[in-house]
Amino acid sequence: MGLPNRTRRSLLYDRAAAGAMGLLARLSGLIVVVIAVGLFLKSVPILKNQSLSSLLFSSEWFPLRGQFGFLPFIMGSLWVTGTAMVLAVPLCLLTAIYLAEYAPLGIREGVRPLIDLLAGIPSVVYGVWGVLVVVPWVKRAAGWFGYSTSGYCVLSAGIVLAVMIFPVIIHMTVEILRAVPQEIREASLSLGATQWQTIKKVVLRKAFGGVLAAIVLGLSRAFGETMAVLMVAGNAVRSPTGFLDPAYPLPALIANNYGEMMSIPLYDSAMMLACLILLGVVLVFNILAKLVLMRIQKEIQ
Amino acid sequence: MDRRRVEEAVMKVLMKAATLLIVSLLGLIVLTISVRGIRAMSWSMLTQTPKGGFYLGREGGILNAIVGSFYVAGGATGLAFAAAVPVVLYLNVFCRRGSRTAAVIRFLLDVLWGVPSIVFGAFGFLLMLAVGLRASLLGGILTVSLFVLPILCRAMDEVVRMIPSDLLESSYALGATRLQTAVRVVLRQASAGILTAVLIAFGRGIGDAASVLFTAGYSDQIPQSLTRPAATLPLAIFFQLGTPFPQVQDRAYAAALILTVVVLATSLLSRRLGRRLTRHMIP
Repeated sequence: MGLPNRTRRSLLYDRAAAGAMGLLARLSGLIVVVIAVGLFLKSVPILKNQSLSSLLFSSEWFPLRGQFGFLPFIMGSLWVTGTAMVLAVPLCLLTAIYLAEYAPLGIREGVRPLIDLLAGIPSVVYGVWGVLVVVPWVKRAAGWFGYSTSGYCVLSAGIVLAVMIFPVIIHMTVEILRAVPQEIREASLSLGATQWQTIKKVVLRKAFGGVLAAIVLGLSRAFGETMAVLMVAGNAVRSPTGFLDPAYPLPALIANNYGEMMSIPLYDSAMMLACLILLGVVLVFNILAKLVLMRIQKEIQ
Repeated sequence: MDRRRVEEAVMKVLMKAATLLIVSLLGLIVLTISVRGIRAMSWSMLTQTPKGGFYLGREGGILNAIVGSFYVAGGATGLAFAAAVPVVLYLNVFCRRGSRTAAVIRFLLDVLWGVPSIVFGAFGFLLMLAVGLRASLLGGILTVSLFVLPILCRAMDEVVRMIPSDLLESSYALGATRLQTAVRVVLRQASAGILTAVLIAFGRGIGDAASVLFTAGYSDQIPQSLTRPAATLPLAIFFQLGTPFPQVQDRAYAAALILTVVVLATSLLSRRLGRRLTRHMIP
């Protein structure tokens, strides 16, 4: 009425754009829900056929006979991820504390981008490195101690995975340590504490939740990692009993068998359940870490 | 010397050792890939497709995988970009600051960001089966675009969020609508960051193997249409490394070197661009 036509048209476009963009934004947020529901619907047939506890805790894996016990793969995932965490966490914490608290500016400015840059190296490339360097090295090192292994084992997979999650944990931990306010460091130092005492008793205590979140994010990354592990873990259907045994983690199982599952009844459903377990574990870890980080952010602000 | 000084000195040595170890391990990876890759590299590697099968054929190169990778990652990044721009504009311009809807969508996108790529691969394959699509360039592009969408959204959101709200308000005060502000002010202000985000997403997309494992297929030829299977560099590495023939394994090493160079180059370029272009932003 009172408005000129051009203005009215602009407002109309604005309203239309708001609607369309809002819809698209909601849809993209829902993708993760759609994935979870889709995987669940596809794994219903096997859940109807076998009880969940027998699926999770049985070691009988004979798809041709319709027996799907996931225990060897779950144990494989736990062994490999656990090894990776044991190797990565102390190294990452030491490095992150050094970079955030001690390192001279030049070293910090040099090392941090280098580590971030290497976060982008593709998983298969880490796999190639694993095959070329880590596997023969583990084989030789085991030989010195009188053990024999092909080198394709839990330890090799753990080493490769640990290297892959270094950047994740270090990057986040450094950021969290830097976010701890300078005043509380100064207060501690002025009371006569050494720098290390300040870090140990004040800074790390303040940053504890965030550091834990960084570790959990690294853990979930390691748990879902596929290609590099597939290339070096050995992939034998058996629960590992030591670091030099081969392991067959869940992601490797999916990657190896997805293509040929169509001809065997319930096989596809079992693979979908494997995906669902993987997704469930990773999501729980991610959401926990995210919630902790959100609380810390609020605290700092 | 008292005990606490000793403890500090010991920890400092440990920290330096850990840092040195991590940096040298990362250096070792690049070195290993470079040495083996350069030894395997030749002109025909870059300009020929494999002859006589990717698994058994001993002649030819990896042109099919290079081209296929750029098709898949480029197409996926383009598709995800087309979806991510409206999403990010909606979150930052059309939603009020601190709105609940925006917070929930951000949270879900962050959660999606953490989903392992093998799950995207399996889910993408599920979708393709549902619509009767076979392993093809199109299937690969669609799946990888799902995989890079949260990466793009998150990276772009971070840049757009930095734009001061005064800038938007002055645009509104001049009579611009939200849409006009979004397109002419926000997108222009954030262009450097957006370019950086696109490069990051491309780098992640081109390096991922698990998402294309079932969806893009594998082929010795350069794909001629969207419905044909396409080879990608990560899968070329994965498959060809497993053969007993050193000539075929060489193709894997060459592919690994090319992939690493492409990924590191996009990463470096995005850092450079990010730094250079932000100089022209209104702070």
